[in-house]
Amino acid sequence: MASALAAGAVGRLGGIAPGVVAAADPHATHDATSGHGGGTVGEVDHGRNGFDPSAILEDWDLGQVSTLPGGQTLREYLIIAQDRTIEVAPGVFFEAWTYNGRVPGPTIRVREGDRVRVEFVNGGSHPHTIHFHGIHSAAMDGVPGQGAGNVAPGQSTVYEFDAFPFGCHLYHCHTSPLKRHIHKGLYGAFIIEPDPARHPDQRALAERRTLDGARAAGIRELLIVMNGFDTNVDGENEIYAANTVAFHYATHPIRIGTDDDVRLYLVNVTEFDPLNSLHLHANFFDYYDHGTTLEPTLRTIDTVAQIQAQRGILEFTYRGYEPGQYMFHAHQSEFVELGWMSFFDVVPGRTT
Amino acid sequence: MTRTWVAALVPLALLAVLAGALVALDPLAPLRAGIPPVEDLAVERAVLTSEPREIRLTVVNGGPDPVTVAQVLVDEAFWPHDIEPAGPIEPLRSAAIRIPYPWVEGEPHELVLLTSTGLTVEHTIEVAVATPQPTSDTLVRLGLLGAAVGLLPVAIGLAWLPFVRRLRSEVLDALLAFSAGVLVFLALDASAEALELAADVPTAFDGVAVFGSATIVAAAALTGIGSALRRRGRGATGAPGATGATGEPGATSVAVLIALGIGLHNLGEGLAIGSAYALGELALTALLVVGFAVHNSTEGLAIATPLSRVPVRPTLLAGLALLAGGPTIGGAWLGALAFSPTLAVAFLGLGVGAIAQVVWELARLVGRRGGAGEPGVALGFAAGVAVMYLTALLVAA
Repeated sequence: MASALAAGAVGRLGGIAPGVVAAADPHATHDATSGHGGGTVGEVDHGRNGFDPSAILEDWDLGQVSTLPGGQTLREYLIIAQDRTIEVAPGVFFEAWTYNGRVPGPTIRVREGDRVRVEFVNGGSHPHTIHFHGIHSAAMDGVPGQGAGNVAPGQSTVYEFDAFPFGCHLYHCHTSPLKRHIHKGLYGAFIIEPDPARHPDQRALAERRTLDGARAAGIRELLIVMNGFDTNVDGENEIYAANTVAFHYATHPIRIGTDDDVRLYLVNVTEFDPLNSLHLHANFFDYYDHGTTLEPTLRTIDTVAQIQAQRGILEFTYRGYEPGQYMFHAHQSEFVELGWMSFFDVVPGRTT
Repeated sequence: MTRTWVAALVPLALLAVLAGALVALDPLAPLRAGIPPVEDLAVERAVLTSEPREIRLTVVNGGPDPVTVAQVLVDEAFWPHDIEPAGPIEPLRSAAIRIPYPWVEGEPHELVLLTSTGLTVEHTIEVAVATPQPTSDTLVRLGLLGAAVGLLPVAIGLAWLPFVRRLRSEVLDALLAFSAGVLVFLALDASAEALELAADVPTAFDGVAVFGSATIVAAAALTGIGSALRRRGRGATGAPGATGATGEPGATSVAVLIALGIGLHNLGEGLAIGSAYALGELALTALLVVGFAVHNSTEGLAIATPLSRVPVRPTLLAGLALLAGGPTIGGAWLGALAFSPTLAVAFLGLGVGAIAQVVWELARLVGRRGGAGEPGVALGFAAGVAVMYLTALLVAA
């Protein structure tokens, strides 16, 4: 009947081809009483997704490392844009555009001053770019009309620049329509460690910010990208998350030790909402806005707000605390109830 | 004879072959590749319980493809829940969703069902009140409501019969036209409400088609009943009652048909009252009850008018009152305890169809009495519509 066809028009906008979702029934094993920590029912199949938010916390991609004739370190990356259907809440599927089949994309981690070379291959169905938040030329800016401009499906390009300034940054697609290209999953974290040699006055602090230096100093480093999903394409997010899957760290708390120092790289790519935030329970942190300084930009706060593409580094410790589950989440209550709610499982000792 | 059967069956056989071929070969499969499923889920009923505090939804799949409800949100928060049966809801099937939720008395709550493809189905609980359960106490209370609003006013309206008997013929014709005006207003009112409700009917059931079909079925059925009454009376000679000498439906038949039509309409009215009560939306003020009483007593007048020139037994009057006003009680029970938009639209359609047929009969009655040319008739008709509109203002709930 005509009205069914009209209703179908809405169905096509955000719809998933049948067969993909056939196996997913979040209610098969869970009932109304098992929503511990989160309001969703059931479990996401990370195997089918091809990535796991628990792994994304710490899977720094240092790239293919080599040395250039002048002695500069070269790090090479291959990033392929892929269309992929991902499960963002138990039983809820989203047609994502991804970098390398995962959301967020690979966490690129380099040292200040390194030469970064990213070969970008567009394996998706729409044109894309990679725009880095960092210092580089217009030709390497990853925007339509500059340098390679939009990379058409099947085409590729190479982005190359020296990594400056040190800090916690990000990269994302910059093709129009911008909201859609960012929101559908084309983003990832881009971390530039300070080079201790370039900061002789604060060498120790800089050393602590390197991967090896952090491990040596007993610092547990974690990455969280705050994102959201508008599943019915109405301009509002139905789901909010830390690292893509709603309530993931509520049902799989992040284990940290009372003897750990924790460094959390926090990036906000949430679309449609002007602000996102992070509030830490029972504790306070020092915050480095953009991570571009070796001294905190804000001290002893428990809630920090970020606009889209704002990011920073949180440093805190649960030293002296009783073991237990300590919540952390956005302090927009609406986001909490829609999936951006998490726990630290604080245990005695160290996890580094 | 055999040839007739063969002639009937050959096209059917061809149809079966075509259907089988389409199913087996599935020639449309390439067209379907990559097209997302069409999802059409409707919330038919929302029940709120207070011990334990829960929201229970009945959802129906009115679309062509299966739908899986993956998660449930209440007021923009994901909430744990049960779905029975689990798994995809097939077309035309339903599922029950149980949400333990601390709903707040008197406040609106917005429910959103998030399907596996990310689409959302919304349902708003305008005013959260515990849904009445079918206890004897509730049934009695609803019965009283239905009686006060439907049965008694109609009976009181019938009490105008002695007055009606004293009227001159022209005035009587005007009054018959008045009755027709009353009924036309009721039909328009019910049609508007039915079409508004039709939007809530699951798409597969097609609310407008349900309404249209019910209307036509009722009109046809009443026409059939009228013919049957006519045919039965044709055998009796000289006896007053069912038919007049010409074999046309007599006064009593018309009154019965009017009562039946009004009864079907009042069933729909009872449904509306009952469901409004169950949803906490009924402003059950004295003014509302008075308004309904005045509004519906005019219906009693409409039933009494055709009986002005025939003797009637009290049992007939009682029966007519019950026929016309009683369904309000049944409708109130149904509306409060088992309301579904599809059912409501169907009953409203029946009411409209019945009234349409009855208005037709009234027009013929007035015509047979020679009232076609009288100005009083047109005025009476208009007055009937106007009075119903004005009394409806009292019932502006």
